[in-house]
Amino acid sequence: MKHTLSILLTLGSMTLSLGSLAQKTASQGIDEYRAMLQDGNPADLFEAKGEGLWTQKRGPKNASLEKCDLGKGPGVYKGVFVELPKYFADTGRVQDMESRLLTCMETLQGFNAAEIAKTPFGKGEQVNMTALATWLASESKGMKFNLSQAHAEEKKFYEVGKRLFFQRGGPHDFACASCHAEDGKRIRLQDLPNLTKNPGDGIGFAAWPAYRVSNGQMWGMQQRLNDCYRQQRFPYPGFASDATIALGVYLGVNSQGSASIAPAIKR
Amino acid sequence: MTKINSKLRTSLAVGAVALLAVGCASVPSTLDFKALTQQIVKASFRDEGIVKASILANIDESNQVCSEADANGKPLDEKTAQAIEAANLKTIKWPSNGKFLGDWKEGEKIAQNGRGLTFTDDDKTVNGGNCYNCHQMDPKEISYGTIGPSLYNYGKIRSVSNPDSPDVKLIVEYTWGKIWNSKAYNACSNMPRAGHNGILSEDQVRHLVALLLDPQSPVNK
Repeated sequence: MKHTLSILLTLGSMTLSLGSLAQKTASQGIDEYRAMLQDGNPADLFEAKGEGLWTQKRGPKNASLEKCDLGKGPGVYKGVFVELPKYFADTGRVQDMESRLLTCMETLQGFNAAEIAKTPFGKGEQVNMTALATWLASESKGMKFNLSQAHAEEKKFYEVGKRLFFQRGGPHDFACASCHAEDGKRIRLQDLPNLTKNPGDGIGFAAWPAYRVSNGQMWGMQQRLNDCYRQQRFPYPGFASDATIALGVYLGVNSQGSASIAPAIKR
Repeated sequence: MTKINSKLRTSLAVGAVALLAVGCASVPSTLDFKALTQQIVKASFRDEGIVKASILANIDESNQVCSEADANGKPLDEKTAQAIEAANLKTIKWPSNGKFLGDWKEGEKIAQNGRGLTFTDDDKTVNGGNCYNCHQMDPKEISYGTIGPSLYNYGKIRSVSNPDSPDVKLIVEYTWGKIWNSKAYNACSNMPRAGHNGILSEDQVRHLVALLLDPQSPVNK
């Protein structure tokens, strides 16, 4: 409770200081705002919720997720995040964290995975999905990305992800690469990571899930990619669809060896 | 010595053949990845709001060729680039009333506006030009992007003191054409083809040309 209050106060002071930005030079103000973002991360609240959801008996089968295999065997949650997406023999698919959670929620708890995938972000079981992904990411915080490329499907997904990354289309001819293929570029004042290579510790793929101060929302990687595609003027990428997972493989393999800071805090 | 060398050569050759064979068996060719990507795109994206999934099945030639070149990390050869530019140049619709310049003040609003055509917009949303997302223009606006070059003093550095003068006709036409269809001048430009793809109307393009070329525009102060 005390924690929640301090986070709210921090957020409040951020809003206040944004209002006083005009008195300093604009870029000074922005630097201070960015520094303040590091003070407290409301992602803590989502982490706590996710941790609780892992052991809670839920769904039609009234079961917990404690036997969920996220890649290192049933129930292992430390260090799994930095090895995803990877190939899973039981589903015959390459899966990211959220896709794999969907599998566990269906097989262990009896939820309808297709229904959850169709649910908009921030609604119903998607709220729980984000909390779980946030907590699981926090259990690998500081660890280095180490995605497998041993399985043929994993290699295939990297190649497909690369093609998707460079695929121009839609009314604006945008690709992921339009914004993320060069060093040192910005959209307005927002710095853009170059995702065609390793962007470094805690940048790009290594920063999500993240709490977004601008809209007060906690976003997983699926939502991050979804909003990129929205701004790219592309159609809606299905939740946990192969396109989003292939992109995750491309970004994750490129980030190999970089430390994860997820859950991060963003503007 | 010679014997060892030849032995070594043989075993290297055998090794290389074996590697090649393994390569062929497990790693699909570029063509397979292209087909697989198309298949995955088809299964992954859906209609939402005003954006239809079918746009990804009908990506035009210019985008296909440039995406392929980007993914392979090889720039287009000159002949292909020229062919794309020529094809795009043909599509430019020149101002129907002969007027290239509108009102720079309207142009500034369009340049600031980055809205329109996403799956959370509706068909009543007025599309913006997204200009400041990538370019510096009026220096008073400090929130500008850097994906495109700075356009500050765009007209001034091109010595456009009277946009109606025949001396600057080519620059005025190029400015219109670049906004209408950027790929007419740079085959794999990152810049949207605002007129060609119906993002902006003819009037909106006219206002943006004024923002860039009118000596009274803050861009040229």
